[in-house]
Amino acid sequence: MGQDKTISERLWAVAIWAAVIFFIINFMAMIATVVINSFGTRWLGTWLPAGYTTRWYRSAWDEFQLGDVLITTFQVVGAVVLLSGLFGVPAAYALARRNFPGKQLVMLLFLLPLMIPPITFGIPLATVLYRLGVGGTFWGVIIANLVPTVPFVILVMIPFIEQIDPRIESAARVFGAGTGQLFVYVLVPLLAPGILAALLLVLVRTIAMFELTFFTAGPDSQTLVVALYYAVYAAGVRAGQSIDAMAVIYMITTLIWLLIALRFVDPTQMVARAKQEAAR
Amino acid sequence: MTHTSDRLARATQESTHERTPWRVRLALHDIDGITLLVVPAVLFVLGLFVYPFLYGLVLSFKPRAGDFLANYRKFFSDPFLYDTIYATLRLALPATIINVLVSIPVALRVRKLHRRRLLTTILVIPITLGTVLIAEGLLNYLGPQGWLNRTLMLLGVISAPLRLVHNYTGVMISLILSGFPFTFLLTLSYITGIDASLEQAAATLGATARARFRHIVLPLLVQGLAVNFCLSFVQTFSVFPSAVLLGAPAGDTRVISIAAYQAAYEQYDASMAATIAMIMGFVQLTVVVLALAGRNLFYRGAAGGGKG
Repeated sequence: MGQDKTISERLWAVAIWAAVIFFIINFMAMIATVVINSFGTRWLGTWLPAGYTTRWYRSAWDEFQLGDVLITTFQVVGAVVLLSGLFGVPAAYALARRNFPGKQLVMLLFLLPLMIPPITFGIPLATVLYRLGVGGTFWGVIIANLVPTVPFVILVMIPFIEQIDPRIESAARVFGAGTGQLFVYVLVPLLAPGILAALLLVLVRTIAMFELTFFTAGPDSQTLVVALYYAVYAAGVRAGQSIDAMAVIYMITTLIWLLIALRFVDPTQMVARAKQEAAR
Repeated sequence: MTHTSDRLARATQESTHERTPWRVRLALHDIDGITLLVVPAVLFVLGLFVYPFLYGLVLSFKPRAGDFLANYRKFFSDPFLYDTIYATLRLALPATIINVLVSIPVALRVRKLHRRRLLTTILVIPITLGTVLIAEGLLNYLGPQGWLNRTLMLLGVISAPLRLVHNYTGVMISLILSGFPFTFLLTLSYITGIDASLEQAAATLGATARARFRHIVLPLLVQGLAVNFCLSFVQTFSVFPSAVLLGAPAGDTRVISIAAYQAAYEQYDASMAATIAMIMGFVQLTVVVLALAGRNLFYRGAAGGGKG
């Protein structure tokens, strides 16, 4: 195995790599168009813009109130990360260490919000949130975003917790540690890499989470991705370069966190970990 | 293990008394203070996922006017509404099937790479950036003056620019661009889960690459592919931003999520919006159940090389 021997096998390999490279080149070129356009003065009917400028960033910043939008985005994302850790890690600990009756049912309960797409449950959820009076507010956006992230943290954390030797916890118990002390002095330090990985993935997912934020956000609780959607939707009102400048700011915001996250997690984990659980 | 035996010992000691304390009886079923830590998260998901879903289901039977089925009757009698199911399936099914089928040979090839981290990192980027950004990028890139059309004209493949945006093609391209990496990474994780020694054994016995794939890899992969198909389908079925931005939201890419959105945020008919959301969930469920039923026609067994 491994080496390709016949000509047809080699041709097949070349065809596959050509397809992969074609995919990546097109994707890169698409990103490049956005970046170049955001710096271009005028770009009509040529390969490259007529000249280059940075003024679109200034105008995008003012037109779309990007300062406020960025602050809202980071507040929402920060609250979602913190709260999904607070809800998720203890629940994952209980699920990793105890085999109580109905555990399968509880696991299914946590799988559903990950398997059902946000757009399907987002509309009933937004209806409930609006009836409760939190729809359209900052907290409504946070609550809606927590619905998929709490189960996500739980499913990512369970294997991490299972790796820890339970005798360490028993030892802490013997010396009189309560559950709270056990968490603060034993579990959280030992689980730090896992918690970090899970929360960074939550962070990246929440920055890019469009549907749930879109359904629940009011005018002053929009995150960056929703503001970008409205800008593209109303294209023609503003200069295209201005929208692309905003898109570049969005890309930078997302990709910085992605790069940090990738230092701690394997890329396949971003889609596969929770889903493999689902496959069982 | 030691916990349970300790508890058993304690319990038997105490059962010599007249009644076992309830704490001990619960602890025997692994219910104690630690178990209670799961309660906040369970209440959260029950309150904000299960309850809204049931609320939506009940609401869909309480239309603004007419009897309890009026919304469903309206949906299935108005072509402007029921055609959205067809418009969504026409995008989601081909996109999912293309993504799943193409991901298999690519993943088989990538599996042999020792350093595949760079490739997987590049492919995670489109997933992370999301459909809104991809839609904005493709509007430029696929437009009549975009680089793709210019390159094709330069190469002499076409004489006039192709219409690739604000129609079905644009949405399809965006579904492949954002969906393929997701499908591929899932397929890759399933394929790397198949023990390579099974294939090596077949190769030793003289099986060609084609035969090894047909008789070993494919049967072991079918389970994973079915789940992968379901997850990818559910993602593409809920297409919203690209259908609005890159498609013709009033025409042939008027997908079901657009209808739901318009009912909720343009007509302010929460009951009708809930009805459409329920129908959307039901169609997804039907396709998922069919796909999972289909996989049972194939071999079921271990993908590992170990005993048992």
